[in-house]
Amino acid sequence: MDEIQKKLIAEVAGLHVMPEGAYNIRANSQLAARNTTANIDIVTKEDKPGIDIHIKPGTKNESVHIPVVLSESGIKETVYNDFYIGEDADVVIVAGCGISNCGSQDSEHDGVHRFFVGKNAKVKYVEKHYGEGDGQGKRILNPVTEVYQEEGSYVEMEMVQIKGVDSTVRTTKAELKDEATMIVHERLMTHGSQKATSVYTVDLNGKGSSTDVISRSVAKDTSEQIFEAAIVGNTDCHGHAECDAIIMDKARVVAIPRLDANDVDAALIHEAAIGKIAGDQLIKLMTLGLTEEEAEEQIIAGFLR
Amino acid sequence: MLEIKDATYEVEDEGKVIRIIDHLNMTVGDGKFVVITGPNGGGKSSLAKLIMGVNPITSGQILLDGEDITGLNITERAKKGLSFAFQAPVHFKGIQVVDLLRLAAGEKISISTACEYLSKVGLCAKDYINREVNASLSGGELKRIEIATVLARKTKFSIFDEPEAGIDLWSFQNLIKVFENIRSSVQGTILVISHQERILNIADEIIVIEDGKVKKSGPKDQILPEILGTPSAANIACEKLGGTL
Repeated sequence: MDEIQKKLIAEVAGLHVMPEGAYNIRANSQLAARNTTANIDIVTKEDKPGIDIHIKPGTKNESVHIPVVLSESGIKETVYNDFYIGEDADVVIVAGCGISNCGSQDSEHDGVHRFFVGKNAKVKYVEKHYGEGDGQGKRILNPVTEVYQEEGSYVEMEMVQIKGVDSTVRTTKAELKDEATMIVHERLMTHGSQKATSVYTVDLNGKGSSTDVISRSVAKDTSEQIFEAAIVGNTDCHGHAECDAIIMDKARVVAIPRLDANDVDAALIHEAAIGKIAGDQLIKLMTLGLTEEEAEEQIIAGFLR
Repeated sequence: MLEIKDATYEVEDEGKVIRIIDHLNMTVGDGKFVVITGPNGGGKSSLAKLIMGVNPITSGQILLDGEDITGLNITERAKKGLSFAFQAPVHFKGIQVVDLLRLAAGEKISISTACEYLSKVGLCAKDYINREVNASLSGGELKRIEIATVLARKTKFSIFDEPEAGIDLWSFQNLIKVFENIRSSVQGTILVISHQERILNIADEIIVIEDGKVKKSGPKDQILPEILGTPSAANIACEKLGGTL
């Protein structure tokens, strides 16, 4: 891998050296490195681009890193990754895509991730997006995530896109069985003329299932964000969605809640708040000696933490 | 030394000009612990915010150690050595107590240094250092963190706007101790806006503000007996109890 690719890996996966545990690094549509462990196997798909990740039942405290980097201009790819997480496993999965586009053609990576989470398994999934490069070509990411959770499973997803991606449509769907829990934390910052759309649909099909979908975003310049969260409660369940956005400059933020209760015991809540940075927050930090710009930076950094 | 010369502060409300501070003059000497008191609506908090630059002065002059700071903004005044503890502490999302203390100190102070500031305001530091500065903290806790941010700045002039407001009686007992500590340990000048006799009692000087003017000022031993025996004091007491004379 070259220096640009290494930098992208560091941005999206926090990796400066090869990670421990299983990993699969994809660079410019080619396999750059792979490691499997006794409990985690990674197999290249034969019918389409992508990989199958098999995590054995009972696997504990292991991690899988599957970063993707694009450093050539003009690549357009769709990659299918399927995760099979065995019963009672407890693992961390770090995905992410970094695009460096200095050329004039658009670069696009569309990752389709499917998670089949076994009974009582616990998964923490982190997905980071990062774009850089001063070329005319756009940096485009359209991730699709599907999550199928068996009884008692727990999935926590952290979706982060802070910088440099011109266009994103994120689609996430989840189906939960009895006592399954899904937590989503999305953090998003758009600037320039970027556009970002996030659509979450969570079907709470199992008794005692629950979800918490939380989005915190900052929209700067003339960027646009659309956040759509639909929670369907088909039984005795708990669902909560929250969209909290800071709007700046001439940006636009749209929050679309949809709660669909099909059972008298479905308890569903949606909260949405969009507004500029609170004046009293700026004033407080200025009384500590920060300039207005420094205060703004600190408030945003905290908000997106 | 802080000098306020002929300061006036007016606001417009539904087309009418209301004068909150009316040609006010006062001086706070170096190293003094001065308490401003007086009836509600008399202009105390507005005056404190004029000094910090949070409220824009309509006319008059503010001098800090002889330097005219009237034209400076909040940040510039903060850098000149003014600090301000708000009556209603601000909530943040994601910013933790330790972050706020570091911003206040102006450097990346160690966790143990940050904890020292929290201990000074009577908080068990390790329980708070990584908490977010939001409504999950009680009013009394937020108030003490607010005071800790001012202590961390170590400036030559600190203003505390009604530190006792909005906290329960139990927290109040602790707060008085905090101010007694500040009184004995902090170098620099302290200006507190307060109605509380126990805070008035540790003052070097007391300034009574009413209708946007200094009604009286002087050493505590002279002013405190006067205000404790006046109808104004009785009124304040009654207001606190929810009635009027």
